[in-house]
Amino acid sequence: MIAPALFAVFAAIAVVSALSVILHRNPVTSALFLVVTFCSLAGIYLVLHAEFIGMVQVIVYAGAIMVLFLFVIMYLNLGRDIETGVQIALRRGVGWLMGIALLAAGVALFRHPWVAGPAAPPGPPMGNTQAIGLLLYSRYLFPFEVTSMLLLVAMVGVVVIAKGRRAPGPAADLPPGTAPGAPSQEDA
Amino acid sequence: MIPLSWSLALSAVLFVIGVIGVLVRRNALVIFMSIELMLNAANLAFVAFSRDMQSLDGQVFVFFVMAVAAAEVAVGLAIIVNMFRLRETVFVDEINLLKG
Repeated sequence: MIAPALFAVFAAIAVVSALSVILHRNPVTSALFLVVTFCSLAGIYLVLHAEFIGMVQVIVYAGAIMVLFLFVIMYLNLGRDIETGVQIALRRGVGWLMGIALLAAGVALFRHPWVAGPAAPPGPPMGNTQAIGLLLYSRYLFPFEVTSMLLLVAMVGVVVIAKGRRAPGPAADLPPGTAPGAPSQEDA
Repeated sequence: MIPLSWSLALSAVLFVIGVIGVLVRRNALVIFMSIELMLNAANLAFVAFSRDMQSLDGQVFVFFVMAVAAAEVAVGLAIIVNMFRLRETVFVDEINLLKG
């Protein structure tokens, strides 16, 4: 009976923040709302008893992928966020308040005398993560290996693409006409 | 126990939001985020069906989708960075190289 309520709360957060992703003008704000969406989806996965997927969602999506997004947004310097002084002061104040609240929570947690709980019961014969791991290494072994190949190819491709054509090195022996940005000369 | 229809409805709503984002936004980065939103909607449907059918195969598929999404984001962001170097913009309606 608590699971449907949790599901409804997480679903509402996910929908509202997904709408904010596509409605906000500032891409940094969009990216941060996307993190909220991913985290609430992770909560939904937990409610649906997909614990491993929920944790991987937080680590891979909300962690790695969104850090990449934010890095590129800030690298391209797209944040046209003209802030007035009052807003900055307000944000700093809220930031300090949240930081102090977090510190107080941590201090309260450490001051609380914790005792070891009762020993965990033997539990179910297999957890979610163990079951997925067994499945990955038995029935889905070949797709799993192909995934590693895919990641390797993507890594090499990203290095080649992002290096740019003006970089001196082995890429400089291409004739100028075949360089990947040649059409821009015609358009200019 | 969550009804299957709830999860599927949420998945559909998230997917539609992603589609709208791809259609109405001009910023290539936000379009990319909307694509991620659609991938996540598909993942949610996978997990919901996996829960409904008491089978873990759907969750394994979600694992693969996440690996592909990570690779796709890396390549796509590299393309966007390269595009920005060429044209000094990430607005997709100003990038019309293929129009000739």
